[in-house]
Amino acid sequence: MKPAPFQWHPASSLDEAVALLARYAPEDGRVIAGGQSLVPSMALRVALPAHLIDINGIASLARLEVEAGRLSIGACVRHAAFEHPVEPGVLGRLLATVAANIAHAPIRTRGTFCGSLANADPASEWCLVAATLGATLVAVSARGTREVAAADWFHGIMTTALAEDELLAEARLPLLATDARAGFHEFSRRAGDYALAMSLCTFRVVEGRMREARVGVGGVEPQPRRIPEAERLLEGERPEPETFARAARAAADAVDPLEDIRTRAAYRRDLVAASVRRSLQAACDDTH
Amino acid sequence: MSGGHASSLAPGQRHNGDADPRRRFVGARVTRLEDPPLVRGQGTYVGNLGFPNQLHMRVVRSPVAHGVLRSIDTSAAREHPGCRGVWTGQDVADIPPITFRPTSVQGLEPYRQYILARDRVRYIGEPVAVVFAADPYVAEDIADLVTMDIEALPVLLSADAPPGEFAPGHSTEAGVLRKQFGDVDAAFREAHEVVEVDVRVGRHSGVPMEPRGALARHDHSRDVIELYGAGKRPHAHRDAVAALLGRSPVGMHFYEGHIGGGFGVRGEIYPEDVLVCLAALRLGRPVKWIEDRRENLLACNHSREQHHVVRAALDRDARILAIDAKLWHDQGAYIRTHGARVPDMAMGTLIGGYHVPAYRAVGHIRLTNKTPAATYRSPGRFESTYACERLMDAVAERFGLSPIEVRRRNLIRRDQYPYPRPMEILDHPVELDSGDFPRLLDRTLEHLRWDDLQAEIARRRDAGECVGVGMGFFMEKSGLGPVDGAKVNVDTRGKVQVVTGSSSIGQGVETVMAQICADALGVDYADVKVIHGRTDMIDYGIGAHASRATVMTGGATRMAALNVRRKALEFAAAHMIEAPIEVLDIVDGKVVRTDRPGEPGIPLGRVAAALAPSPEVVAFGIPGLTAEGWFETAGLTHPYGIHTAVVKVDPDTGGVTVERFHVAYDIGCAINPMLVEGQIVGGVAQGLGGALLEEFVYDERGEPLSVTFADYLMPTAREMPPVEVLLTEDAPSPNNALGMKGAGEAGITGVGAAIAAAIDDAIGKPGAIRELPVTPQRLRAILAGRPAGA
Repeated sequence: MKPAPFQWHPASSLDEAVALLARYAPEDGRVIAGGQSLVPSMALRVALPAHLIDINGIASLARLEVEAGRLSIGACVRHAAFEHPVEPGVLGRLLATVAANIAHAPIRTRGTFCGSLANADPASEWCLVAATLGATLVAVSARGTREVAAADWFHGIMTTALAEDELLAEARLPLLATDARAGFHEFSRRAGDYALAMSLCTFRVVEGRMREARVGVGGVEPQPRRIPEAERLLEGERPEPETFARAARAAADAVDPLEDIRTRAAYRRDLVAASVRRSLQAACDDTH
Repeated sequence: MSGGHASSLAPGQRHNGDADPRRRFVGARVTRLEDPPLVRGQGTYVGNLGFPNQLHMRVVRSPVAHGVLRSIDTSAAREHPGCRGVWTGQDVADIPPITFRPTSVQGLEPYRQYILARDRVRYIGEPVAVVFAADPYVAEDIADLVTMDIEALPVLLSADAPPGEFAPGHSTEAGVLRKQFGDVDAAFREAHEVVEVDVRVGRHSGVPMEPRGALARHDHSRDVIELYGAGKRPHAHRDAVAALLGRSPVGMHFYEGHIGGGFGVRGEIYPEDVLVCLAALRLGRPVKWIEDRRENLLACNHSREQHHVVRAALDRDARILAIDAKLWHDQGAYIRTHGARVPDMAMGTLIGGYHVPAYRAVGHIRLTNKTPAATYRSPGRFESTYACERLMDAVAERFGLSPIEVRRRNLIRRDQYPYPRPMEILDHPVELDSGDFPRLLDRTLEHLRWDDLQAEIARRRDAGECVGVGMGFFMEKSGLGPVDGAKVNVDTRGKVQVVTGSSSIGQGVETVMAQICADALGVDYADVKVIHGRTDMIDYGIGAHASRATVMTGGATRMAALNVRRKALEFAAAHMIEAPIEVLDIVDGKVVRTDRPGEPGIPLGRVAAALAPSPEVVAFGIPGLTAEGWFETAGLTHPYGIHTAVVKVDPDTGGVTVERFHVAYDIGCAINPMLVEGQIVGGVAQGLGGALLEEFVYDERGEPLSVTFADYLMPTAREMPPVEVLLTEDAPSPNNALGMKGAGEAGITGVGAAIAAAIDDAIGKPGAIRELPVTPQRLRAILAGRPAGA
């Protein structure tokens, strides 16, 4: 479990980073920020990058701020940054809840939000957040800058819209309405393990009825996504346990779970039902 | 934590030596002497050691679970500029396969493993070649350049499946073990009821925090091969490795530094240990090997995988007339150093602390294309206790009795001890030395406030929670003898050294031996330094395994310390104090006159100085304030215990939360209750791993899927419940002077049984749990009425 030889290229600016990437990406060059997925893969020699472009020294990528109704998250913002609300509204509270479910404290101090999105592990909590809330991803290369909607970002297990020479420089999350409620639930074997299923839900309650309901499911299919079959059952209904259970069953029926020798599809569906129901209930109770 | 030490033991009323003068340190919760270097980062783990000019070894392992090894291409590896050597099986063809411990079980020899594969590979991870380089990173680069041509053969992954071919003329059923006493068939014919269970324990093992490592060098000046990183059984393994290399044992020494966890797996002889010694000899440079975690999970001994079908014949009062057990033991690809010990012990201990008039057990040792298996903390007993206790719970269900009532009717009574069983375990006759299980049950129920606990569970169930409680009763075995020795000497500054042939795998051997020595000799335990794990300082040693060190090495240390004490008093009486020996004592490291309290004594250091070689001293006896001591045990000791688990089940996910875990354990005599409790809590953690989390999973091609800590799930602090320990000393062993029994395995033996029973109780489905570990998916399938694995 010692990595194969590689060359390390520290970058001190975004321009330098994308220039290095343009040059080395065709020669097995990879970007490294927190390295919490990449380095273990290298230790197992599953990943064999010949060049690492280290962006940790780029001050502008540590940016984390609210502007124009959106939370902008730079490429070097660590998971731990979200453990306390990064903004006073519903979104900040939700991200703190989610962050507490990500791996373990040492990993959270190093791993990054954008790194999770670029890695696109099906069980990534941040990917579920991005997919459910409709994040915008900013990809930068020597060729220029483009914005990608979360719905277009995920291309399957650990594959994204990011081109070989592109760096995910920033992610932008829309703030949630002040009367929005949000809930998150995941099931894993042990505290900090990869989720076997998770769900993130948001809705507003207007005159006793749910509006703008979003139901996202992650860790189940190759990529996280919203489940319209469940959302439809919530829209205009009262926030009650029976309704949540119906929506949860609909979500469980709608998903096409990944299956392997350890985790069967039928079990993952059970977990989807439990996670969606619980995240809806958590959202219902989210009335701070 | 409670646990009185109102032992009924009367010191000095047993064979094997003098009375201890007093008890000051034995039984006390004194702090560990071995901790200062550990907490200061001064440990001597093999990873911390190195010699100038050393090479690093990297093992190339089979990527195929079963196949004919056609050829190995090492040419690219040899061309690497950093390559200092590449060996395949042909290069070590003169080294015989690794031996196993002496056993009466016949026919296991053809199933031994060579240090590098020859014509066939039989599991993924089997060593096929080794490369050497000055840098461990480069060694790994070079290892990647070795390629092999393997013609795949069908893989066998189940011990239940019909046996296949291990090698021409040898079936994968390496042997069938049988044990029997009483007329089992008659008992089943006459039975009022017959109850049967069919249960499985999954493949898991001890996973020490520190992986295996070995550093060997050949000291040319003395022509001695030194191996650093030994553990568990340094003397026996020194002899065995010397024999494999064709060397005299005096030309080889094993050194044990600090070890980050033993658990049965660390310290066995593996191919890598032999390879580093051989490489040091042949390459003329020190050779170091440290496995990485992937190798550790792939190549270190696995354990536990066993399938049991157990039947009980019962009379109309639910009393056992006979038990008939069959088991299938998944040994993995080769017979390792333990031989057939795991299934042997499982069969020998399955009937636990119950009065069973007739018993029959048949154990099939089956080889599969998985990592070889061997002993893991409480070998055989974790498995058999689980099987037996599942059976007892099924009996309770059949008769409509409480699980506790069924145990009460069948537990051996105090007046039945010593309780012989006409069979053998590990070629030793079985006689349970002492016990009072019904009393331990009473004390457990009282300590748990059983009625309150039941009321609380009923209340929570009414509120919709899925909670339950379950128990696992177990009879352990410890103190495997028959003989161990130790040397004690006192230097001229009064410091005491105890040289043992024991091993320290973190369990507190140094502290416990110091406590025993201190009381026997009359010194402070902090003035006692304990040596272990060095073949160059003592000729014999039993190491540390099978919960034996405290009983056996402790017995020997006590004898040696008493001999030193006698020598000091005799010499002082004759040459230093004008007084009869009867009025002399050793208190706080000084020889004092008991008839003249207040008079300054003579420090032992002065006695030691006076015992320096001189004509007068030689006329008195052997110079030096030093003596050996030997301890012979009359038989195994049998501690026993009851585990109780309270669990909460999440019926939607199948998740299990262990809310509370209680261990009641009768140890006979606890030398240091704090260390016993530590051993127990650690054992519980491992037991919970095996019951709920840990499992080596293979795919249909024999590819191991649990090769990182993301896939092989160890319990963490977050999964650990509070553990309560009730340590009792109601049944001291008559087999040693202090009444000691072993402590090493008490925390783990009954965990699988208790967790299974607790989950059954929580979900209201008696007998539902038939397979460990109880993964959330398996439990959810049970709750949803789906077949297992769906």
